Amino acid sequence: MDPNQLKYAETHEWAFVEGDTATVGITAHAVEQLTDLVYMDLPQVGGQVSAGKPFGEVESVKATSDLYSPVDGEVIEVNTALPDRLEILNSDPYGQGWIMKVKLSSQDSLNKLLDLAAYEQQCSEHG
Amino acid sequence: MASTSENCMATVLKDWHVAHGGRMVEFAGWLMPVQYSTIIEEHQSTRTAVGIFDVSHMGRFYFNGSGIAEFLDRLTTRRVVGTELGRIRYSLMTNEAGNILDDVLVYRLPDGGDAEYMMVVNAGNRLKIRQWLETRLLNSTIEFADRTLETAMIAVQGPLACDLIKGLGSVNPNDLKYYACEWGQVCGHEALVSRTGYTGEDGCEVIVAADVAVEIATTIEQAAAKIGGRPAGLGARDTLRLEAAMPLYGHELTESINAAQTELGFAINLKDREFVGRDAILTAKKAGLPTRVGLVLEGKRAAREECSIMLGDQKIGFVTSGTFSPTLQQAISMGYVAPEHTAVGTAVEIDIRGNGTPAKIVALPFYSRSQ
Repeated sequence: MDPNQLKYAETHEWAFVEGDTATVGITAHAVEQLTDLVYMDLPQVGGQVSAGKPFGEVESVKATSDLYSPVDGEVIEVNTALPDRLEILNSDPYGQGWIMKVKLSSQDSLNKLLDLAAYEQQCSEHG
Repeated sequence: MASTSENCMATVLKDWHVAHGGRMVEFAGWLMPVQYSTIIEEHQSTRTAVGIFDVSHMGRFYFNGSGIAEFLDRLTTRRVVGTELGRIRYSLMTNEAGNILDDVLVYRLPDGGDAEYMMVVNAGNRLKIRQWLETRLLNSTIEFADRTLETAMIAVQGPLACDLIKGLGSVNPNDLKYYACEWGQVCGHEALVSRTGYTGEDGCEVIVAADVAVEIATTIEQAAAKIGGRPAGLGARDTLRLEAAMPLYGHELTESINAAQTELGFAINLKDREFVGRDAILTAKKAGLPTRVGLVLEGKRAAREECSIMLGDQKIGFVTSGTFSPTLQQAISMGYVAPEHTAVGTAVEIDIRGNGTPAKIVALPFYSRSQ
């Protein structure tokens, strides 16, 4: 997926919106900061996620971090192949490294997301 | 993600860490590298070749005068009187309740230096222990000096570490016994080299004057790079020490834990001697308090500090440290468990953020290097 086509949360998740569906993952910057990923807890299909609220966890050797949903809606699919192959997040975080697909219940949260330029600026300012 | 504070102390190697890609974080009031590449790469390099660790943040106290051995003997769980020249002992310092103030190394320094004894204490406990010692030295003729800032300490750890240091100076660490030290030259500068470490690997630690530390770290790093070695940060130091089941102050050892609970019997000598906390440790030994155990978890998800250890619906203990073990490729933990449930093989559950994760009590350490 082209990073220019994505929208970004300040908490380092990305969303690719097509109609009323969003594909969600975490950014290359997040993967680089976390390093040594060993475990990921995926959400349940059918569960509701809310923008800014945790939907899962990713764990590195060093620490456990929450994953925050960039969008509101219902989880319709999760990438079940990912937890056993977390190295995909290093090679293809915006493609095969997707985490979940969400049927949007509202478009409101999308306005709060950043475009690539704004997200990159945030990363360079805050690390 | 890691945050840094502006009011941190920094070791003399801080800029060296940054120049080598170190990601700096606050630890015990110091700005230290948590990792340079990845924790797993640094861990594996240390297990198979060499890892280079800046441990200059640890406190280094020097003692001169008569009666030092007797003085330190009364404040540590292990005998200091009778220590031979050039030998080092791992020991605990306890308060009157037998609870742990710090774990320390006590060095009887070899002849040829400007002090007779040295003590290395944890960075986070340096001021507390300094005060504990100075209060008790008020009417003493023993000279005490905290030289943490004037010196630097570099741990060189791994199966190739002793040969590497041998090639850089006058000391051959292979000729030193474990927990022994010698004065010599490293990279042309005066150094105290000890065969000690905190990784479960063979290796040594080098103490030098602060103003030559960058030069020495650079020379060691260049020599290490040729044989698969690299700088390693606090992240790898933690996974390495955990695999080796070495306790970490603030986790396995605290002022809420009695020395009798730690299963560090080799470092606690109660026979025919007196020291602060001795009677309380003796009492605690009979009290059936929770004791330190190792746990291997199902899967890769690590339990972290304060997770509950459950047997059915009953909480039987708590986790003090946990990580993913790069060597075992499994999650491992240490914790304290009620003594009736500490048998090796006992199946338990660890509550990780509300999820019961099956785990088993195992013998420590998780990892021992081949001799």
